Amino acid sequence: MDKILVGLKRVVDYNVRVRVKSDGTGVETDGVKMSINPFDENALEEALRIKENGGASEVIVVSIGPSEAQQQLRTGLAMGADRAIMITAEEAPDSLTCARALLSIVEREQPGLVILGKQAIDDDNSQTGQMLAALWGRPQATFASELAIDGDTATVTREVDIGMETIEIDLPAVVTVDLRINEPRYVKLPDIMKAKKKPLDELALADLGVEQAPAFAHTNFAPPAERERGIMVDDVAGLVAALKDKGLV
Amino acid sequence: MSRILIIAEHDGAALSPSVAKTVACAAQIDAAQIDVLVLAASAADVAAEAASLDGVNRVLTIENAANEKPLAAVLAPQIVAATEGYSHVFGPSTTFGRDLMPRVAALLGVNQVSDIMSVEGSHTFKRPIYAGNAVVTLDAPAEHVVVATVRTASYKAVAGGSSAPVESLAIEAELPSHTRYVSTQAGASDRPDLQTAAAVVSAGRAIGSEENFDLIFALADKMGAAVGASRAAVDAGYCPNEMQVGQTGKIIAPDLYIAIGISGAIQHLTGIKDAGTIVAINKDEEAPIFEVADIGLAGDLFQIVPELTNAL
Ligand SMILES: Cc1cc2nc3c(=O)[nH]c(=O)nc-3n(C[C@H](O)[C@H](O)[C@H](O)COP(=O)(O)OP(=O)(O)OC[C@H]3O[C@@H](n4cnc5c(N)ncnc54)[C@H](O)[C@@H]3O)c2cc1C
Repeated sequence: MDKILVGLKRVVDYNVRVRVKSDGTGVETDGVKMSINPFDENALEEALRIKENGGASEVIVVSIGPSEAQQQLRTGLAMGADRAIMITAEEAPDSLTCARALLSIVEREQPGLVILGKQAIDDDNSQTGQMLAALWGRPQATFASELAIDGDTATVTREVDIGMETIEIDLPAVVTVDLRINEPRYVKLPDIMKAKKKPLDELALADLGVEQAPAFAHTNFAPPAERERGIMVDDVAGLVAALKDKGLV
Repeated sequence: MSRILIIAEHDGAALSPSVAKTVACAAQIDAAQIDVLVLAASAADVAAEAASLDGVNRVLTIENAANEKPLAAVLAPQIVAATEGYSHVFGPSTTFGRDLMPRVAALLGVNQVSDIMSVEGSHTFKRPIYAGNAVVTLDAPAEHVVVATVRTASYKAVAGGSSAPVESLAIEAELPSHTRYVSTQAGASDRPDLQTAAAVVSAGRAIGSEENFDLIFALADKMGAAVGASRAAVDAGYCPNEMQVGQTGKIIAPDLYIAIGISGAIQHLTGIKDAGTIVAINKDEEAPIFEVADIGLAGDLFQIVPELTNAL
């Protein structure tokens, strides 16, 4: 196949303990470490491996949101992507608008495969890949932990509630990946230098002619109900007694 | 009045317990009429089960050999054809619903509400974000159909015993052949199901090997409990992926959760927030798991677990 398109979302790093703003208008993101959504790193790694094994000739990374996400695209280029497309919007748009924006890039670039993360760790929605596949009228293989390309088809193993499911899909298609599909490579310093010279196109979401989807109004953000620290017991006998006390054994 | 269509998850023979929980969520919406849609190769048994759920007004079936296995690309166009007149379309937030419902939403031209944990009004819902570190309240636009998945751990299954009418639907939809089911590798287990069990025993990286997991199975079997694991234990190959609990695994709400050799990372804790009692066994007294545990025991699991199994 010619091209693989990979989505990279800029999110609060997974090590950050996210806090809700005291006025309930959102979560604190000022001065917080931002990273590529972990699942998207796996998506890019998978695309790079397919290319390195001769299965594709170009890997394109795309991000949608505030232009700061160019940092994450540069990291993607340093990992080995060939070029990047930044679709700027004031805020990261809702899933359906993202899917529509990705579709317009898909129509322009005609990739043989789109690989996305199975969910973003900020909104935990797990929607964009499925929505893109729907709008494109192409197969989706979500929650993938194994992907094998064979000509015009792919065999994908998916992590589902009862275990593993294997499906076969015709290409082009959308695959969303789980963390277990691979171990993303580390970026080396020379690669970061090289990445600065790779092409990064910037487009405004507004210029893509994408229709804004009916959006939700987020009226309040609150911390979750906290669990309280309980008691410590000294030994197994104490544990059994405490469980009996609660009627649990 | 709200008219809610619930997409039934099933394995061809039996209804998934996730459906009775999804019905419980839908029933929180005032004056709701709730219909359940069963897409199957042959729907009778599953439909009869769905018809017995309290609060269900009608069960609709779409039978087609192509519906033998739940492929989102095949099911979605049929569901879209059946949604006419409904104000809401709900599915469970299991891998079945998470795969399928966004495809339905996109075809209907709307965003999806993922993981409803609380219904605040017919178009107002609460859902967890940032691995459960925040809860957002959102309003879906009233002029559009609401497509949503339900965080099943937030709801208790409705009871059975009713008998709603079952009707078969004839719909016209073009079904793609570009997606084909090949096989399922399910860990054959006669232990209780992780997502519905009253008690769950889970182990983390500290268990150290696949063989050592037998200690956990022995304890679980003594208690009649299901077995879970942290991502680290799954990644290390000590147990299969379907046992993973957490942000990217299963979200569960057992009465009793015993975390053994699990540090308590936020991504793990988000999977057990609604557990009744959390017990933590960890050799590190400072482990974050103790901050949320109702009962903590500091010590070496290799000593404690066999002793506990014997004591019960
Ligand atoms: C995007 C993303 C998603 C994730 N999703 C999930 C998820 O869904 N579920 C999940 O679980 N994790 C998830 N993780 C991983 C998570 O961050 C942690 O890395 C993981 O939960 C750690 O697993 P653990 O507690 O088993 O291992 P560790 O953190 O290594 O903890 C092992 C614990 O065992 C204790 N211990 C060691 N030896 C003994 C002994 N002999 N007896 C008793 N105690 C002992 C140690 O004190 C320690 O507390 C995710 C991470 C990311 C980035």
